[in-house]
Formats: sequence, C-alpha cells, structure tokens
Amino acid sequence: MNGLSGRYAIVGVGESAVGRKLGRTEISLQLEAARRAFADAGVAKSAVDGLLARPSHSAPQFNYSASLAGQLGLQPTYIADIALSGASSAAMIMAAVAALEAGFCTSVLCVNGDVQTATYKRRGGLTNWIEDFEKPFGYSGAPVTYGLPARRHMYEYGTTSEQFGAVAVACRKHASLNPNATYREPISLADHQASRMVADPFRLLDICPRTDGAGAVIVTSAERARDLAQPPVYLLGLGQFNTHADVQYAPSMTTIAMRGASERAYAMAGLGPKDIDVAELYDCFTSVVIATLEDYGFCKKGEGGAFVENGRIELGGELPVNTGGGMLSQVHSSGFFHITEAATQMRGMAGARQVAGAQTAIVSGQCGSLGINACLILGKHAR
Amino acid sequence: MSDRVPRPVVPLANPDTQPFWDACLRGELLLQRCSACRAYFHPPSPSCPTCLSDQYEWVRASGNGTVYTFVIVREALARGWEQFVPFVVAVIDLDEGVKFLSNVVNVAPDAVAIGMPVEVTFAELDGTTKLPLFQPRTVEVPQ
Repeated sequence: MNGLSGRYAIVGVGESAVGRKLGRTEISLQLEAARRAFADAGVAKSAVDGLLARPSHSAPQFNYSASLAGQLGLQPTYIADIALSGASSAAMIMAAVAALEAGFCTSVLCVNGDVQTATYKRRGGLTNWIEDFEKPFGYSGAPVTYGLPARRHMYEYGTTSEQFGAVAVACRKHASLNPNATYREPISLADHQASRMVADPFRLLDICPRTDGAGAVIVTSAERARDLAQPPVYLLGLGQFNTHADVQYAPSMTTIAMRGASERAYAMAGLGPKDIDVAELYDCFTSVVIATLEDYGFCKKGEGGAFVENGRIELGGELPVNTGGGMLSQVHSSGFFHITEAATQMRGMAGARQVAGAQTAIVSGQCGSLGINACLILGKHAR
Repeated sequence: MSDRVPRPVVPLANPDTQPFWDACLRGELLLQRCSACRAYFHPPSPSCPTCLSDQYEWVRASGNGTVYTFVIVREALARGWEQFVPFVVAVIDLDEGVKFLSNVVNVAPDAVAIGMPVEVTFAELDGTTKLPLFQPRTVEVPQ
C-alpha cells in the first residue's frame, strides 16, 4: 500500500435522468448530473476548483472541459479532457487524485455522459450547440478568435500594429539562429507593416503559419534523473487557470486566465518575474505574446506593447522571448517546442541562440482565445 | 457585408435552443433570464451559469447594444465565405449585460468602431432560419 491509499474520497454523487430518446442534449444531462452532485455533497459550486470531463462523442467540441466549466460558471485551477472512451470514467478518478495530490486544486468534479439516441441531427459541419452561435456568423479560424481580444487590447491600452510587429521580428531573428526552424529568413518591421491585412487587426506576419512538427519530453523523479545521460531540467512551478472557452463567457478579453496561471506557478516555485531569465510564450499571434508578458508580470497591464519594442525581447535584450523562433517562425506543434526550447536553454545547449547564464525559464501554453492557460517554470537547478 | 444569403453554415435548433431560433423567425431576440438569481445568460444553456438553477424564462431583449470588439475578415478563413469578405465579426455588449457574437452589417467595415451603438436586424437564411445580425443604431441625444 502506498502513501496515497486512503488519502482521497468521493464526497458527492449525481445522476441525470436516463433512458432512450429523452429529447435532451448532452450538455443538459451533464449539467443535471453536476447539479445533483453539488447538492448531494452539500457544497457550493465555488468549492470545486478542478474539473475533468470526457468530450461528448455526439457533440464533440474543442476545450470540452473548459466549455463545461463556462456552463457551470466555474473558473477552475485545473481542468483536463479525459478522452479514453470506456476507460475515461475510472481514469478520471485517477487523474483527480493525481491533481489533488499535486496540489493543483482542492476538489474535483468529474463528469461523463452522452446522448446515444439523438432525436435531432446536426448539419452543415456543425457538431454542437455553441457552434450554432458562432460559425453561422463567420466566427471560424483562429485569426478571428484571437483578433477580437487583440482589437480590445489596442482599444484599451493604445497598443499598435507596429508593436505586434516587434514580436514577429524578434521571433524570426531567433529562428534565424535555430537550425531546426521553418522560417529562418530575417524580417524587418517594415516587412511586417507591408504584409497584407488578413483578419484586421492581424497582418499576415502576425499569424503563426501552418507547419508540421512534433515534440516530446520525458518526465521522471529528480532522484531518477540524476543517473541519466543529460543534466536534469527541474520543474519548479506549475500553474493553471481557466476563465472561458467561449468568447461570450469571457469575463475580460485582456486579463485573467494567464494571470491566474502564472500567479500559481510563481507561488509554487517561490519565484517572481524578476527571477526569470528566458520566456517561451505561446505565440499563435503576435498580440498574445504582449498580453502574456503583462499577465505574467513582466510589465504592468497595458504596457506590453512598449515592453516588446527596441529589441527588449530579443537575444541580448532585457528578457529574451521565444528564443527558438516560437510558433511564429519555428513550428506550431501546439506550442510544444516552447517546452523543448526552454529545456534546451536550461541545459545551456542552445548554441548561437543560447541565453548566457540562463538559470530559469517560463513557458506559457494557452488556448480558448486567452481563456485557458497553463504556465510552467523550469530551472537549471532544483533550488 | 449586407445580409446576403445563403451562408455556408446554418444553425440548427436543439431542445435547449429551439425557443431562441423560433423567436428569430418572428423577428425577436430572446435571452434566458434565471428565475432564481435573475441573471441574463447567453448562449442558451439548460441551466444558469451563475447559480445553476434550471428554472428560467425566455425574455425578449431590447436588441440594442454597443460594439465591444470586432475583427474585419478580409480574406476568407473558412470555405464558403469568399463571397462575403470583407465582413465584420463582432462581440456586441447587449444592454441586458450579456455578450453576443454576431456580425455588424449595413455599414462599411472600416466605419465600425468599438463603442458604436447597434441594433439587431434579422437576415433570412433558407426559409427556415433567421440569423440575428447587428447594424448601426441612431441614438437619440437627450435635449
């Protein structure tokens, strides 16, 4: 029996109505089960800060658990989609224990259920109800999803297209020093400004291109790591925060998920923004880097545009950002290369793009139009 | 973009959203209002995201709001939208306090601005569906 045995328990149980051709939606059944679990446990929904769900098979959706959190009015510090079909139910309980043991959250709601005898059919490529309120309006493609908060940032803080451009220029400069990058030809701010407007306020060079590539890492205990071939890169801080998957539920379009995630990672690491040497920040669009720098505490809210100017985020600058070229110039790979690059920097093996003496790196992973964020702090030393 | 039809993607009502789409056919914009905590919510949901009550009423919204943020789509980003570009995808801040994703139509895209007062207008899609879009609203200035 290991140390986990008997440490965690199920405290609330909820079942929805069941039957054939109920004429109800998947989300309706899931919400009913969740409400009943809250009632059974005798807890307010605010007591739950973790959410695990299996994406519905009949009404699939990106970021399923985040969308369900939105329907429940929750802003969890830990979510995950557990998409393991028949194994998902038991696997959710294991994942819940792991998340609780890790301290990512204090109570986890697990939800699993579906409609298998639907009385209505989707059409036109739509798979779920939320898409009825998005795709018919041309809300398709990440440049639209992320253009909305980008425009709002420009409006609230005076951020400019030229400042977006400074991010693109920095990433390309770094890619030019990385032999394993897709786009290595340096660009200038003038190139950025001359690139065509695709989804105003985004120009072509604000948008991370479609590319092919995959990354992988192996994580083990610090103890095991000591005997292996490479110097360990330590996981010092991990934090997640989730405010929305669907833009209509966004409490703000310029703050929150990234701030909540970084606060938790800094707290776990016992570090602050001033202690960070390298930043690898999710950059599906240039504007996202600016918003992340603010919410990760490298500058005040609204000052991210000024922060990225004059080479401050380039190698040799105050805070080198996306030293491998980022998604904008290296590869998309859903941001995984931010992790491999951060680890390479911590090992001191980044060659021409190595940040001299780098001891700490911060990594941002995000989606859902800034509403879903996970933050990692990596270190050369265990501290 | 005017309210040209047909659009490449047409919404379909489900048991949670049927009243919303039925009302659009009548030229009415409906929101759900929680019977327990009185909060408005949208998109339609089986329960209130604020307090989780599953008791709600459908309320006719004023149809008025302001542009909260927007993107001008200048190149089609999904198949079927080529004939519509440039068009404006916007988040509308409805007077009832909920955010509504839609298009701003009947105005040059470059004339759209954050804070612009807008009102709902309905576009016929395929004889069975009307889509709620927004157009500039003339605001009466108090004397």
